Amino acid sequence: MVAKLANSRYGGMAVLVLVITLLPLLLPNPYYYDVVIHIGISAIVVVGLNLLVGYAGQISLGHGGFFGLGAYTTGILTAHYGWPSLLALLAGVLLVGSLAFLTARPILRLSGHYLAMATLGLGIIISIVISTEDWITGGPDGMSVPPFQLFGWQVYGEKIWYWIIGGLLLLSIWLALNIIDSPAGRALRAVHGSEIAAQVVGVDTVHYKVLLFVVSAVFASIMGSLNAHYAGFITPNQAGFFHSIELVTMVVLGGMASTFGAVIGAAILTLLPQLLSGFEDWEMVIFGLILMLTLIFMPKGLVPTITAMLKGNAK
Amino acid sequence: MSLLRVESLSKSFGGVHAIEELSFEIKPGTIHSVIGPNGAGKTTLFNLITALYKPTTGKIFLADQDINGKKPYQLARLGMSRTFQNLQICMNMTAVENVMVGRHLHLNSNFLCAMFRLPQVVNGDRACREKAAGLMEFVGTGKYVHADANAMPYGALKRLEIARALAAEPKILLLDEPAAGLNASETGEIDQLIQKIAETGVTVVLVEHDMKLVMHISDYLLVLNFGKKLAEGTPDEIRANPEVIAAYLGTS
Repeated sequence: MVAKLANSRYGGMAVLVLVITLLPLLLPNPYYYDVVIHIGISAIVVVGLNLLVGYAGQISLGHGGFFGLGAYTTGILTAHYGWPSLLALLAGVLLVGSLAFLTARPILRLSGHYLAMATLGLGIIISIVISTEDWITGGPDGMSVPPFQLFGWQVYGEKIWYWIIGGLLLLSIWLALNIIDSPAGRALRAVHGSEIAAQVVGVDTVHYKVLLFVVSAVFASIMGSLNAHYAGFITPNQAGFFHSIELVTMVVLGGMASTFGAVIGAAILTLLPQLLSGFEDWEMVIFGLILMLTLIFMPKGLVPTITAMLKGNAK
Repeated sequence: MSLLRVESLSKSFGGVHAIEELSFEIKPGTIHSVIGPNGAGKTTLFNLITALYKPTTGKIFLADQDINGKKPYQLARLGMSRTFQNLQICMNMTAVENVMVGRHLHLNSNFLCAMFRLPQVVNGDRACREKAAGLMEFVGTGKYVHADANAMPYGALKRLEIARALAAEPKILLLDEPAAGLNASETGEIDQLIQKIAETGVTVVLVEHDMKLVMHISDYLLVLNFGKKLAEGTPDEIRANPEVIAAYLGTS
């Protein structure tokens, strides 16, 4: 029954609604809220990235860069120029969306792993620019960002952010599930399964790959902006290569082509550093190890593997 | 009028002339087979016709339209569909979804409409799923409607590819060795299926090794050898052609 629930689109959503509603009863203090909010923020980015990596089979090693670019667009426009939060967020979306489009358009014409290489380079360039342009970004020390303001209402405090991020997580999952279960989504999955087969039945595969890349980059940008407001402080690390790897690891661990797996992957890899706080220097090694072990022993990722096991038991 | 016309087509890979100065026509409503020994250039010809390869020289016309510079997905819009010798099934999807991909051109494939699950998309998809299930029935894979593609046997996957190609509602369907790897009874079923498809008015172009199948169902044959046209005609004419017998069946 559990497997059936996990499979159906609204079953999974219902479980998540329940978890999000009941979780505050178990959170004793703001520190725990903070951890859960970070899980939610990563989860939304990963839901978007999973569409690209898990469903369409395209690797991006630059989503940390898009997250950071969204964060700094918001930070700079609101802190230095006094823009309204929502407008700054949309400016970030526009900037990241266009950058993603301009990068992807020439590259996705080629098949193979060129996108991984290009996004790797793009992410690194973004983080270098953020670090060096310290007159406006604060450089490696980072910069403060004012709280989110909407029509004079100030969003402040973990409890309010918890519900905002929770709501957005549900929204992003709903959007992702809608895309997957549609002609456009099937076309994208077909790109992963057999690009050539998709083409000969009329799918403009380049068009879809570019579109999806842009959509997933926009997911990252929006969350970068919101995270900047929530945390009140941003550093170039958010745009760094390690953050990109972290996001891809969340996709792979949770389960390629599993939208709910994205949430699980984000949860585990956000909690892990909290539990291993004494091993900070080893964080990157541990993440690398998790990525490798998952690919070797559980190539489909946690959620699909467990769902398959439950299905097997049910029979 | 011809549905497909090939004019002095050549394709070379480095120094190898896979197709050389080939010209022929395919009339609508026929079953047209391309035969020839291994390495004769049959699959290369298919890949040229479906724009997966670019010709070195020569032209291809689909319904009197030059396909030069067109992408495979644009040819699908002009009514061309194909299957592959080595299966191209999306193993990450269910069987019926594979066929539904074939309906892509007939559905609302807009990303934003999909994102917000507009009723138009939902209704279109429901009809599409029924149509795809119907096509799976038509090609004889009805019992796999609820299966994942990777749980299906080889013979059924070959038919599933045909169902996907048909889902696009092509005017011309190119089948690259549909009977390869199948046993005698399965080949017989494919034979019937191809005739059934032709009866619906779809022009079928076939590359096939199984001579019995080819001679039995084809209206016309094109015989290739080393990338060149060796002979062309009805099965009876080909059977009587001494050059074909020498090249294909071997001289005794």
